[in-house]
Amino acid sequence: MTAVYSSCQDSSQLNYAWYYANGKQLYEQHCQNCHNADGSGLGALIPPLTDTVFMKERSGSLPCLVRDGVKGKMIVGGKPFDGEMPGNNKLADIDIAAVLTYVTNSFGNKQGIYETKRVGACVGVR
Amino acid sequence: MAQRSVLYLLLLIITVSCTKQERKLPILGNREPVEKVVDGKTVIDTIYQAVPAFSFLNQDSVRVTEQAFNGKIYVADFFFTRCPSICPVMHRNMLKVYEKYKGNASVKLLSHTIDAIHDQPSVLKTYATKLGITGDQWEFVHGSHDSVYTIAEKSYLVAVGKEASAPGGFIHQGWFVLVDKQKRLRGAYDGTDTKQVAQLIEDMGVLLNEEDGK
Repeated sequence: MTAVYSSCQDSSQLNYAWYYANGKQLYEQHCQNCHNADGSGLGALIPPLTDTVFMKERSGSLPCLVRDGVKGKMIVGGKPFDGEMPGNNKLADIDIAAVLTYVTNSFGNKQGIYETKRVGACVGVR
Repeated sequence: MAQRSVLYLLLLIITVSCTKQERKLPILGNREPVEKVVDGKTVIDTIYQAVPAFSFLNQDSVRVTEQAFNGKIYVADFFFTRCPSICPVMHRNMLKVYEKYKGNASVKLLSHTIDAIHDQPSVLKTYATKLGITGDQWEFVHGSHDSVYTIAEKSYLVAVGKEASAPGGFIHQGWFVLVDKQKRLRGAYDGTDTKQVAQLIEDMGVLLNEEDGK
């Protein structure tokens, strides 16, 4: 049944599924402790990933956030945050793309696949 | 005949109700037998490990000693505010305990920072506020490196340590330690495991009942 179903998916759908599945696993390893399994964050300490407008508007700089970390003031979901997120500079571009595919298609977000080439193109948070 | 079956039914009910005894929590830690003289006779009594006197500063820079916990049950843990690994999970779970027993004058929570240099009381205050904690039912305390590390390992049996290679610079276990009104250890629960934290919340009810019934 699965085989029949998969054979009906085209290659871009397969890519998306592959990115999403790997991204979920990476999210559990690297992000979930702080951002929670449902992306809700933690009080005013850790911002949620459920602000779909933020995620859309900052889409291009998300790889930099994940890779280099971020420090300082930030408004997410209408609430101010002023903490520090450590970077994940050991993650390969394709892994960052996978985790972003998961995040930008979970918790209310629906942006489609996050291509690996967009990760390399990111050179600064803002 | 009918009377007899009623009698059996009654017996059955009694037996069932007797087997459903109140659950009692174990007493953990070291213990030593002592001899003492009661009414002229020598008897053996047991002294259980108990949390000794301590003195820390809380998030409001108010001195907190063991006396603040007299007549209360409490849950203790060890964390640091810049902890990128298990602490957010622990305190997300501790929040559930807090919400459950909020306002209960017989229950307190006690989080010790293991980062004495960075986590001054003002830093702890910011952390607590951002977590949504007001008042002093949940104390976030600062003490000297030695005093906190000693009480962690000797009294609460929680391993903590400085470790440059660890994320954030410290390693520590995520135990939530349940302490009774006599300051004895009555349970240890993995603060990163939602199932164990649910068990803790239930066990706190058992402990409150046990001690109130005395």
